[in-house]
Amino acid sequence: MIPAPFTYHRPKTLGAALRLLQTLGSVARVLAGGQSLLPMMKLRLAAPAHLIDIGRIAALRRIRAGGGRLRIGALATHSMIESVPAVRRWVPVLAETASTIGDLQVRNLGTMGGAAVHADPAADYPATLLALDAEFVLQGPDGARIVPASEFFQGLMATALRPDELLIEISLPTAQRVGAAYMKMPNPASGFALAGVAASVALDGDGRCRHVRVGITGVASAAYRARHVEQALLGQEPTDEVLAAASAAAADGVDASADLHASAEYRRHLARVLTRRALAAARDRRRSGKQGLPSS
Amino acid sequence: MSEVASRISVAVNGTAHHAEVEPRLLLVHFLREVLSLTGTHIGCDTTNCGACTVLMDGRPVKSCTIFAVQADGREVMTVEGLARDGQLHPIQEGFHEQHGLQCGFCTPGMMMTGYALLQRTPNPSEAEIRWAISGNLCRCTGYVNIVEAIKHAAEKMRSAPAPAGGRS
Repeated sequence: MIPAPFTYHRPKTLGAALRLLQTLGSVARVLAGGQSLLPMMKLRLAAPAHLIDIGRIAALRRIRAGGGRLRIGALATHSMIESVPAVRRWVPVLAETASTIGDLQVRNLGTMGGAAVHADPAADYPATLLALDAEFVLQGPDGARIVPASEFFQGLMATALRPDELLIEISLPTAQRVGAAYMKMPNPASGFALAGVAASVALDGDGRCRHVRVGITGVASAAYRARHVEQALLGQEPTDEVLAAASAAAADGVDASADLHASAEYRRHLARVLTRRALAAARDRRRSGKQGLPSS
Repeated sequence: MSEVASRISVAVNGTAHHAEVEPRLLLVHFLREVLSLTGTHIGCDTTNCGACTVLMDGRPVKSCTIFAVQADGREVMTVEGLARDGQLHPIQEGFHEQHGLQCGFCTPGMMMTGYALLQRTPNPSEAEIRWAISGNLCRCTGYVNIVEAIKHAAEKMRSAPAPAGGRS
C-alpha cells in the first residue's frame, strides 16, 4: 500500500521544527517513530500534505533523572523505556508497560511521545502515565506549558496538544515511594488493550493507603482515572476484600466502547477485574519493595 | 501536490547506496525495487507479520513501516547480507539443518530477527527466542523448528566465535 504524496521536512533542531509547525501546522503531521502514522498513511486514513520528521532531533531522545523527576524525551523509543536503567529504577511500571506494546520491531521504532500524542483509545501508556501523575511538556511558539496527564488525554485520539505545539518531554515524579503495576487483557491478534489498568499505591506507617492512582485504558474513547476507586481506598488498609469492593467502581459513569472485539459490558467487567488485580499487585510490590520488572 | 524527491544515502549490507527517492517510498520498496534486493519479503503490509524485517543500525525494524528517507545515513542489513563468499551464515545453516521453514515466506524476517537476537544474547533460552520472534508470524505455524534453527545457530556461533558472513 502506497501513502499519498507529501512534502518531506527533516528539521535538525527543535526551533526549526516549531517554525515549520507554525507555518504548516494545519496541513502537516509530525513523524516520530511512525509506527501508528505510517499504517494510517498507507491506508490513507491520513494523507498529510507535509510530513515533519522530528526523528533526528537528538535532544528529544534524552532520558534524565534529577530534582525528584525523571524526564523522558518525547522520542525515547519503547525499547529504550523498557531497558534504560534510569526508567527501570525510578518508574519500573513504565518499563513494564512498554514491554507489552506491539512487538520487538515496533518497539524499536515507536516512541512514547508519539504514542501519547496519537492517543489511541487502546494504547498502553496512557493508563500508566495517568497512574504516575505524569506531566507533559508542550512547546509552542510562545514557550512551553506543562499539562498534567489527567488533562492531556481528552477524547478519541484527541489530546491537549495544539496544532502549533510539539510534545517535547514527559516527566514523572520519582520522590514518592509507590508500588505500581500495569495489567492488561490484550487483543490476542493485535496486542492492543481490550482493557488495561495501571495502579499506583503508597502506604502510610500503619499500612493504610496514603496515595492511590488508577489509570484505565481501552475501555472508553480516552484513558481515564478511576477517581471513585482512588477515593474509596484513601485511608483504608488495602486488604483483598477492600480492593475488590473499591474496584467495583472502576467503570462507574464511563461510556464504555463496544466493537467486534468486546461489548461495552465486557469492557466494564475487564476494567473492574484488572483494577482489582493491578491494585493488589501494586500493594504487594509496595510492601515487598520488589517491582517485578520484565527481563531486559 | 508538490513533492520534491529527496537524496538519500543508505549503507545496505556494507555498501553505500545513493539515490533520489520519492519521500513516500517505503524502505522495503527501496530495497526490493531500487536496489533489486528481493530477499526482503512483503507479507501483510500492515505492520503485523514481520516478513519484511531488516536491521537498521543493528535493530530489527519492519521495512514496510518506515520510509526510505528515514533510513538516510543509517546502516541497513538484509537477508542478502548474511552469507559471505557463498558460505551460509550459521543462522541460515540452522534453518536448513533444522527444517526451519515450510513455505519459506517468513524466513528472511525470521532469520534477521534471530540474527539480531544472537548478536545481543549469544546463549538465549527458548523463552527468549520465542519472545524475540513474537513479532514474526509464520502462517505455516512452523515455530518449533524455527526455534530449533535459532538454537542451532546459537550453538554454532558459540563454538566458532568468528563465523563467516554477517555484518553489523
